[in-house]
Amino acid sequence: MKNCLLCGVGGQGTVLASRIIAAAAMAKGLDARTAETIGMAQRGGSVVSHVRIGEVPGEKVTGPLVPEGSADVLIGFEPGEAARNLRYLRPDGVVIVCGQEVRPVTASLGQSGYRGEDAVVYLKQKAAHCFVIDVERICGECGSPRVTNVALVGAMAGTGAMSLTVPDVEKALETRLRPSLLEMNRKALIMGAEGMNQL
Amino acid sequence: MKELLMGNEAVALGALAAGVQVVCGYPGTPSTEALETVAKRNPGGVYVEWSVNEKAAAEVAAGASCSGARSMVTMKQMGLNVAADPVMCVNYLGVRGGMVIYVADDPGPISSQTEQDTRSFGRFAHIPVLDCNSPEQAFRLTQDAFVLSEEKGCPVILRSTTRVCHSCAVIDVPEIHAPGGASGFEKDPRWVIFPRLSYENKKKLIAREKLLEEEFSGYRENRISGSGPIGIACGGISCAYVRDAIAEIEGYEEKFTLLEIASPYPFPRKLAEKFLNATEQTIVFEELDPYIEDALTELCGSGQRTGKVLGKRTGSVPVAGELSALKIQQCLEKNFGIRGTLKPGEFPDAPEMPVRPPVLCAGCPHRGAFYAVKRATAGRKSVYCGDIGCYTLGNAAPLDMVDTCLCMGAGITMAQGIRHVDPDTLCFAFVGDSTFFASGITGVVNAVYNQADMILAVLDNSTTAMTGHQPHPGIGLTMMGTRSRPVDIEQVLRGVGVTSVRTVDPLNLKASEEAVRAASEEEGVRAIIFRSPCIAVTKPKGCMEVREKDCIGCRTCIDEIGCPAVLMKNGTAFIDGSLCTGCGLCAQLCPADCITMEVSKS
Repeated sequence: MKNCLLCGVGGQGTVLASRIIAAAAMAKGLDARTAETIGMAQRGGSVVSHVRIGEVPGEKVTGPLVPEGSADVLIGFEPGEAARNLRYLRPDGVVIVCGQEVRPVTASLGQSGYRGEDAVVYLKQKAAHCFVIDVERICGECGSPRVTNVALVGAMAGTGAMSLTVPDVEKALETRLRPSLLEMNRKALIMGAEGMNQL
Repeated sequence: MKELLMGNEAVALGALAAGVQVVCGYPGTPSTEALETVAKRNPGGVYVEWSVNEKAAAEVAAGASCSGARSMVTMKQMGLNVAADPVMCVNYLGVRGGMVIYVADDPGPISSQTEQDTRSFGRFAHIPVLDCNSPEQAFRLTQDAFVLSEEKGCPVILRSTTRVCHSCAVIDVPEIHAPGGASGFEKDPRWVIFPRLSYENKKKLIAREKLLEEEFSGYRENRISGSGPIGIACGGISCAYVRDAIAEIEGYEEKFTLLEIASPYPFPRKLAEKFLNATEQTIVFEELDPYIEDALTELCGSGQRTGKVLGKRTGSVPVAGELSALKIQQCLEKNFGIRGTLKPGEFPDAPEMPVRPPVLCAGCPHRGAFYAVKRATAGRKSVYCGDIGCYTLGNAAPLDMVDTCLCMGAGITMAQGIRHVDPDTLCFAFVGDSTFFASGITGVVNAVYNQADMILAVLDNSTTAMTGHQPHPGIGLTMMGTRSRPVDIEQVLRGVGVTSVRTVDPLNLKASEEAVRAASEEEGVRAIIFRSPCIAVTKPKGCMEVREKDCIGCRTCIDEIGCPAVLMKNGTAFIDGSLCTGCGLCAQLCPADCITMEVSKS
């Protein structure tokens, strides 16, 4: 079984990202399960999505939640959220993280001293494999901040850590996205995967 | 065709596959997508509605069912409290067409006020309960529930929990056909509940309980597996966590015997006795109530059995919150010394984590309403009663404008009670438009009749925002895709006798403050309707921008309203263009007048 945990801030598109990964696995004849945060936390709170897929056809995925210490890949849509969920990562697991912080209102009000750059340093120090993705640049070139999720899924495909390739994910995009959004997201997917190669 | 389906979608497709004809419900996390999926996948001929609340929904479904149609009503566990009156009674009357009551429980709780357990409600109400452990099983149990309901002539509760409702699995879905017609209502004294009838029917309910205890012992979804001396009993999503937890324990099939319960009420006693007799000691893993634990303990007692049942009552398993594979392994180690393989990743010396509670969105009109009331009542002794919806988030700093939140519609009535005890206090009740229709109107009638002194603030954003933007009576769009005449909140208020009603745009701070001040000077029941659409259902007006050279860095725009789009950058305010909707509230407070509309997004 391969486990992937996606975490971020409500509104960043983690739910769609986890569905795309599961759909890509399903199209290859693999079993897949997801579990997502839907509800109040979507209003800018911390959100987590779990994706679990079989490694070979016929292998069944049991529960929907990735147990702590079992994630092959941790995809952080925000560095602080990745740091918060690091306990889910296997000792040899891969962290893929968007380096850009999303400043919580509590920090703007001076109630907490969170700084995204500290979280990035921590992730790089502690995780066996940590890839910081320049999502801001990819979004800029694709012309929308809404491709963050697909860019990060592209990076995941680039690592090969979930045994899913860029073409696998590309096919899933076609089933999950409106045709008008396809081109932009394809570009983000490829840029995310290429970003991995350069690191 | 194989599809990746969420548990709620699986329930909807299961109901459609079973030929459901009428589906009603009220939105509530984690149940909402079930009804939405029925509407989306309607093969034609299925009537679907968002009812005004769960009580109405259950009654509409009961009417359809006694007319011979298969019906389903959907709600979250809190909604079952609202629907309890018809649900309790319909079980005494019985049904003709299968009636399934789909209730989604919320262990944690993640998005609810309580951690209540619908299995216990089923036992209390004498209504059979089927409990889903995965989306696949939800698909099967939904279909079973309709058959069972018709066979036994009673409603059946289909219960799931958040991690079933909101998890996806691969399901093979058959082609869905339009349902056949029902025979219609036939007059019969059986549909009129009277004490004598209820006495006779109570005896039948208990006889049915005994019968189903037997039948469920052979139900294919209740299972015993393994052959070890340690018994593990579980039900619902806990079955998945148990399987994850024991899978990596070496030789687990010889260590454990597993009992998985899919029909908690009536409890499959024979099967459970077989399980107890095959094991030396038993531990129960279940979320919410110690339901299976109590059933097994009772069996041990009645059978003079000496074996011990470990669970929540014995302090062996956590009594609140969700379970997980890791927690189950920890319990197995603590109680039996069996070590598991799961271990949370250890990454010490973590920096300060972001504190990130959910907040009102950038541009949310509720922010304007709360802030206007806050400004207009500054220095006056006031209490702000809140309610259920996005606007509960008005309680966070810096707004700090929700002093109470109890249950749907309660803010309106609690405000009246507070005022009776605290007569020199200005009592406000904030209620959203959907909540107003669901259960707010009776509270307003109570206020008018009993001469209460309060200010009702209706936050009308033209949608049911928190649960994902469902339509409601004030919008007039139905789940059948038709338009009905929108119910006008102002006319409702005037109709029940509220004479002081003002309607303002909450994003116009000056006008809103004036309305609040004027209402505060009056007596009796006054209402202010703050009307502006939810940002998620409208196009943004534009984007605000700070003229950096004029910004004095006073932080007023941040410290007063806490909008997530406004940040400080190098000593001046900065507006995040990806979040800002151009509501302009910040510009109205800026003492340096340096925030203006940058671009119009239209």
